[in-house]
Amino acid sequence: MQTAAVNYWWVIGGVLFTLLNTAAGLIWLERRMLALWQDRYGPNRAGPFGLFIVLADTIKLFFKEDWIPPFADKVVFVFAPAIVVASVLMSFAVIPFGPNILVADWNIGLLFFLAMSSIGVYSIVLGGWASNNKYALLGAMRGASQMISYEVFMGLALMGVVLLSGSFNIREIVEAQKSMWNIVPQFLGFVIFLIAGVAETHRLPFDIPEAESELVAGFHAEYSGMKFGMFFIGEYLGVTLVSSMIVALYFGGWMGPAFLPGVVWFILKTFVFISLFILMRASMPRPRYDQLMEYGWKVLFPLSLLNLLVTAAIILIMKEA
Amino acid sequence: MGVAFYIAGAIAVLSTLMVITRYNIMHALLYLVVSFLSVAVIFYLYGAPFMAALEVIVYAGAIMVLIIFFVMMLNLGPQTAGDEQLWLKPRIWIGPTILCLVLLAELGYLIVQQSSPADDIVLVDPKAVGKSLFGPYILAVELAGMLLMAGIVGAYHLGRQRKKITHRFLERTSS
Repeated sequence: MQTAAVNYWWVIGGVLFTLLNTAAGLIWLERRMLALWQDRYGPNRAGPFGLFIVLADTIKLFFKEDWIPPFADKVVFVFAPAIVVASVLMSFAVIPFGPNILVADWNIGLLFFLAMSSIGVYSIVLGGWASNNKYALLGAMRGASQMISYEVFMGLALMGVVLLSGSFNIREIVEAQKSMWNIVPQFLGFVIFLIAGVAETHRLPFDIPEAESELVAGFHAEYSGMKFGMFFIGEYLGVTLVSSMIVALYFGGWMGPAFLPGVVWFILKTFVFISLFILMRASMPRPRYDQLMEYGWKVLFPLSLLNLLVTAAIILIMKEA
Repeated sequence: MGVAFYIAGAIAVLSTLMVITRYNIMHALLYLVVSFLSVAVIFYLYGAPFMAALEVIVYAGAIMVLIIFFVMMLNLGPQTAGDEQLWLKPRIWIGPTILCLVLLAELGYLIVQQSSPADDIVLVDPKAVGKSLFGPYILAVELAGMLLMAGIVGAYHLGRQRKKITHRFLERTSS
């Protein structure tokens, strides 16, 4: 009992440590990879491979002036950046990183992930509103409508996986993929979830709430110092979260050939998807706001309903036979 | 269990009080979100994890974001806090207070009458909720579906845009 409790705290500490370092390291990874794809070197001076740029960036963020605009709603303004980091870190509680590396083994794990991602919207909305700035407000309104509409079919796309494994528990979903990864029967669901996940983390094809070329910096235009840093880290944590959800739900989680332990497989697979996120940023233009909404409601939403319907029908037929 | 319930309950009551008494509508809505979250915790404690998750996803996550969205569009908030202050005179409190006191008296009576809270908590998992929704309560589900369908059709009708024809010759012939 004692050792189990100690192990539990080790898992929580390990997960937090790895995640926060990953999020910081992603700053370097993203800048280097973007640079390589654009035929330049990127930050390569400080330390080995330029890795110390992370340290320099962090120190710079800490020492910047922490400015709260006099026209802002102070309490909400301070509170908003914390929401995104807290909600994303909470979602990691339900993700099984390995056979026994799991913080919360819940029977509503998947729903908890959806709930936390819908709470995460508040940081954009409140941050933009509290800044009391028209660009920030525009960004916040775009963010709210984008995330609400993409959340709907993100949930619907995930229901296909739930149907196949018969559980909301992510550990059970991973174990149900022992014979075949969910990517095979749920390819459409995977594509829809990937697109919705990019929109949920408002990363580059869908970074409409920020849209630096038209809205200055969107919802975080007024933020500086470590408050901006929280939004920044929250975004990278979100990328990691969506990547690890994709791995757990569609790519067999920790499963893989036995010469490597499960955690290593999980981390490797997750990094593949993180790199995909960065590649998408490097290669895709930003759509217009109305195009984004139309694409969501008129294409992806019906497709996810169709996916759900067909999956349910096939499962019923298989059961009959 | 007991302590967690009382903490969550106290937060729910406090935040709901704050919802009513805030003049700044945005702050009131934020307290309402906190209230929903604490109700979700109570649901979870009393064996309804599915309801707890849905409370967060649907109420705190979706509906409140939509309401905040409209508050933002109408640019309410600190600008209208003065108006709210004018409207919310002490006299207005009399009616709701009397009604609440009646409810409180009823609650107190019930607590005194039978002091046995539900000790045997039955865990209601998602499957059980689904089975009862599509078994005995199918009629209610269908009716709610029809209501929502009517809402969607209405919203589509209101938000419909006529196709804009920018060419001057075509504009005359259409219409």
